[in-house]
Amino acid sequence: MPLEISIATGSTVPIYRQIGDQVCRAVATGKLAAGEQMPSVRALAEQLVINPNTVAKTYADLIREGILEAQQGKGVFVARRRAVYTKAERLRRIDASLEAFVNDGVYLGFSAEELHEALERKLRRLATFSEKGESSP
Amino acid sequence: MSDYVIQTHHLTRYFGRKKVVHDMNLAVPRGSIFGFLGRNGSGKTTSLRMILGLLRPTWGSSTILGHDSQNLPAEVRARIGYLAEGHPVYGWMRVKDAKAFQSQFYPKWNDELFDSVLEFFRVDSKNRAKNLSRGERAGLCLAMTLAPEPDLLILDDPAIGLDPVARRSLLESMVYATRKADRTIIFSSHLLSDIERMADHIAVLDYSVLRAQCSLETFRSCVQQFVLTFADSPPEMRGIRGVIQCIPRGNQLRLTLVNVTDETRNALRALGAMGVEEIPINLEDAFVSYLGGSLETVKLPEKSEAKVLAGGVS
Repeated sequence: MPLEISIATGSTVPIYRQIGDQVCRAVATGKLAAGEQMPSVRALAEQLVINPNTVAKTYADLIREGILEAQQGKGVFVARRRAVYTKAERLRRIDASLEAFVNDGVYLGFSAEELHEALERKLRRLATFSEKGESSP
Repeated sequence: MSDYVIQTHHLTRYFGRKKVVHDMNLAVPRGSIFGFLGRNGSGKTTSLRMILGLLRPTWGSSTILGHDSQNLPAEVRARIGYLAEGHPVYGWMRVKDAKAFQSQFYPKWNDELFDSVLEFFRVDSKNRAKNLSRGERAGLCLAMTLAPEPDLLILDDPAIGLDPVARRSLLESMVYATRKADRTIIFSSHLLSDIERMADHIAVLDYSVLRAQCSLETFRSCVQQFVLTFADSPPEMRGIRGVIQCIPRGNQLRLTLVNVTDETRNALRALGAMGVEEIPINLEDAFVSYLGGSLETVKLPEKSEAKVLAGGVS
């Protein structure tokens, strides 16, 4: 199945990162399988109607992060190695989620203690899953 | 060969006593898609016309494809495709006459490409140019600009007056045009969404002065927005370098800054805010803040600190 990527202008997220985020998510959720070929820089740029250099930048970033790999003369593929996000990227993402969590919590009128507890509860549930052998990367 | 297809040196132009372009030092990297930004009357068209050798500078000079703009050999001129502002055409010509006329001036002419651009914009070549819609006329102009297969495309506000469908066709044609290796495209536009899609480098003109030239990414990362929350009403904002906009709102200050350094962060902290939070900013807001919303609250950055964003006020 071809990868469906959509971009939005006017976002606070630059286009190269919007593409990167969607590729990462597709890899993380298994929509893009290891070894699968990515569209060429030109094909994706023409499909999204954006500067090819932007796609090239995204691909270069994702290759550096080990999510994609370039094969000489063949194109760009989803890496077989399982290294989905870099440390910095993981931090950035968890920070964004926390931000949303805290904002929602405050908006819904929960106290800091209650939010702590809610988070603890979730983490305890995760711990019981982890003991069954499913560890997060 | 130089890595820049265009370089200007102190390029300046007056119309009478009115300064239209002031001391411009522009460098356009080869192979880039270069967005030329600025408000109406900021000097974009005048600069492009000087660079193309269509207008003499009052002083200063420029080179294009390695040649002096004011002394361009015909064969160099033929490597430049120029789409003038407003999609000008000879109204009495039929589309096919316009093609026959235009093609005489170029050693290279790709008829197939010309016809496919026309088809893409759904232009009937039997029509007279004056009867074309705005979008069709843009298509005709673009076809005439692309058919000689130029190394350098200069498009002066190509999206002006186009409906969303024609505008998308224009952008698609621009992406298509990058298929030719090492081709450089310069385009001016007021549409930040088009700039965001297409440009990898930008230049920002403001009241005849080149205020910034850098990669689009650098511009985005150099303009940052912070919200400072104070216990009481916010203090006077004085002497913090790089503040380009400051909007008080209750006990908060919304600040837009360029080139934030540790020194800036310390200065912000020293204001005694309870909280300092960075708010993500999109390209359009960054641009509008950079060129200033309301003049009395805008302080322009000093030249000395503008490391990445070149220019400043002099």
